[in-house]
Amino acid sequence: MADQSPAVETVNPVDDAINHLIEKFGAAVQRDTRDGYSGVIVDPAQLVRVGRYVRDTLNYEYLANAAAVDYLGKGDHLEMVYHTYRVSGGPALVLKAQTPREDAVLPSLVPVWPGANFQEREAWDLMGIRFDGHPNLKRILMWEGFAGHPLRKDWKEAYYEQDQKPFDSRWPGGQVSRSEEHNAYGKNVKYPDGFTLDDYESLAEKAIYDTMPLGVDVSADISTDRVVVSLGPQHPSTHGVFRMVAAIEGETIRGLEPVMGYLHRNHEKIGERNTFLQNMPFTDRLDYFCSLSNNLGYALGVEQLMAHGARWEAPSRRAEAIRVLMVELTRILNHLVAIGFMLNDLGAYFTPLMYAIIERELILDFFEAVTGSRMMCNYMRFGGVAADLPASLRSTANQVNDRVREFDTMQYLRELIHDRLPRAVDQTDQLLTTNEIVTSRCIDVGILSKEDAIAYSAAGPVLRASGVPYDIRRAEPYSLYPELEFDVAVRYHGDIYDRYLIRLDEMRQSLRILKQILPILEETKGQSFFSGRGGIYSPRVPAGESYGRAENPKGELGYYIVSDGGQNPWRYHVRAPSFINLTALEQMSKGNKIADVVAILGSIDIVLGELDR
Amino acid sequence: MYGSGILRGLGVTLRHLVNTYVEDIRWGFRRHIPNEAFPQRQGLQTRGIFTVEYPDEKLAVPERFRFIPFLVVENYDHPERPGHDWCTSCGICAKVCPPQCIWIVRGTDPVTNRPKPEPEEFFIDIDICMNCGLCAEFCPFDAIKMDHDYELASYDRTTAHIYNKQHLSKEFNYWKAIAPTRAEEEAQARGGWDHKDVIKQREKEAKAQAGGPTRPTVTGP
Repeated sequence: MADQSPAVETVNPVDDAINHLIEKFGAAVQRDTRDGYSGVIVDPAQLVRVGRYVRDTLNYEYLANAAAVDYLGKGDHLEMVYHTYRVSGGPALVLKAQTPREDAVLPSLVPVWPGANFQEREAWDLMGIRFDGHPNLKRILMWEGFAGHPLRKDWKEAYYEQDQKPFDSRWPGGQVSRSEEHNAYGKNVKYPDGFTLDDYESLAEKAIYDTMPLGVDVSADISTDRVVVSLGPQHPSTHGVFRMVAAIEGETIRGLEPVMGYLHRNHEKIGERNTFLQNMPFTDRLDYFCSLSNNLGYALGVEQLMAHGARWEAPSRRAEAIRVLMVELTRILNHLVAIGFMLNDLGAYFTPLMYAIIERELILDFFEAVTGSRMMCNYMRFGGVAADLPASLRSTANQVNDRVREFDTMQYLRELIHDRLPRAVDQTDQLLTTNEIVTSRCIDVGILSKEDAIAYSAAGPVLRASGVPYDIRRAEPYSLYPELEFDVAVRYHGDIYDRYLIRLDEMRQSLRILKQILPILEETKGQSFFSGRGGIYSPRVPAGESYGRAENPKGELGYYIVSDGGQNPWRYHVRAPSFINLTALEQMSKGNKIADVVAILGSIDIVLGELDR
Repeated sequence: MYGSGILRGLGVTLRHLVNTYVEDIRWGFRRHIPNEAFPQRQGLQTRGIFTVEYPDEKLAVPERFRFIPFLVVENYDHPERPGHDWCTSCGICAKVCPPQCIWIVRGTDPVTNRPKPEPEEFFIDIDICMNCGLCAEFCPFDAIKMDHDYELASYDRTTAHIYNKQHLSKEFNYWKAIAPTRAEEEAQARGGWDHKDVIKQREKEAKAQAGGPTRPTVTGP
């Protein structure tokens, strides 16, 4: 197994790339020399040129993340951070561009990386950076009757109490009051200057309909009008409150725009008010099917920062084994349910989904006994996990409930991993893979080419089903993955059927990993599960930036965290795979029938908790 | 053959259907004898559908299950300090709480006007509480614990959902009943079944009496 670990390169490829950039662009590119930071700061005037060079010549062709940071009081500028990767793996080349807070403008990188589209709209919406040359720059998560850009440090929410938690009013003189009783605006909403609700006509709606390619197509045999159809927000196939506006000609999609933000709660602003530890339970609420994977990504991000500080110990082998166990079980349950929901969208009314949920129940029973909660697990800590695996999965009869179960933990896991789950995967395979309705609805529908998948920053199963074997567990390994034996699943057609098949493949690979984890769990029994000191609720996180990324079931989940050395993160950005995978939705849908759009959306596997944040 | 895939899939559904009835017949009336049927039917061995008929049947939750916190108070039949708060109003739970749903009024001694280690008032707004369990995890006195009672429906959220100290307090025996293993682990870490401060006090007295350190033993309450 040792030969599987990535070879240690003597020359840091990123350093090499940075030297190239400096040589080529001279003063327009400067190393980021701030303490704890990495990458280069690019002159905005040269940003697009540098981006092209980075993509084409240096081969950093995958833009994983684009996040804006407000450095109010720390230089008073806004900064846009781009994380670019090579598809062959390796660390990030980080590009940064700065702009003053007043009249913030940067050139758009959409012409270079189409995957920046939604992320730049998000940065405009939440941070107020205008992007020159963006094809469709308007708010994405908020509506246009919203005052200000909420992620700016001087913006305060309706129920604003204090910049940072813990709030002083809670202790020692904690007289209870509900926040509805006193809020900053007197009422819940604040409108921009000059905005009235009387004779209000939504500009965003107008903009959506205006950009749709309408008109009569006379080239076809029968000339048909193009009409705009709004699917959602309340629609059972959108997996939540999500809307697609589609321009159709007959039944064929000619243009499509996702409209989102109905579940937006500004997770990132809440994250900046929270202390580092307090964010952990909030990450559960992102992709609520995979709370343990979300926990892991966040823990990795903060641990990267903490590793620079004194008194840091990496998590023990047992802690890492438990983490891998949890996230791989999460991957299996997510893929089972994702396939179930996708079949729902195809019209297989709930049978595959319910079979998936039976198996999911059994995994959730395990999660519940270990972490204390079925879905909102809040289990990972910086330096390990919150608690060791219990000796037995026992429920106790008490005053409240009486139906008791007791299983030995390791026995339960062994049966689950060696017997029950493989059977469940095979059963799904048997139930669906050769089903003629599934094949005729899925094969060659919703194709995303390899080039497009990379350009649109697609991640996870969507990327790998298009023939790009990019998996962070291999490309930039973390935790125990370097020593575990598994293959990166890849399929080459990029259609719905391949996105279905790849989930089956990944479940089988996860089972392979889990089978290797069981002996590690046995052999590390009794080791500590947490490397930090107990009882520290406000760990010291040194100043700097970090980008923690984990291969979530839905794709790359990244946390871009900036710490100023205090007990709260200065910036906490979530790169949500569901959100960014949707950038390619229009590309996949064009030319297909409107009924297929529902199936395509199902095959991307979105979760609104993460999409809208 | 075209259609064979559909038939194969139907075979799977048929198997599920048959298995469900087979299980029902196999267990028959014993389904209602919880200790026998539940571990089998609600476990990995089960085949077919395994629905729990809530609220007629309620699955017991595992020990670590966490719902709205409660405050541990001394057992009501405790010889010395029945119903005394374990909480010392140190405020750690209020500081670590992610949604900031805990309000504590620290007690003051009426004579000396200095803070004293017990809460005057303790509120939890259960509408805001996200059941993360951080308060229980970081409480140094084992005084706040996560409950197992998840049926909290009420008619008025504005008044009924702010729990005060009286509503939150439950005696230590309750914690022992819902989480025996963990209660025992914690008692071992504290050095006895009593409150940390009581054990310390007792140790001090024993030391003064015997003139040397003695180790407290874990005894039942």
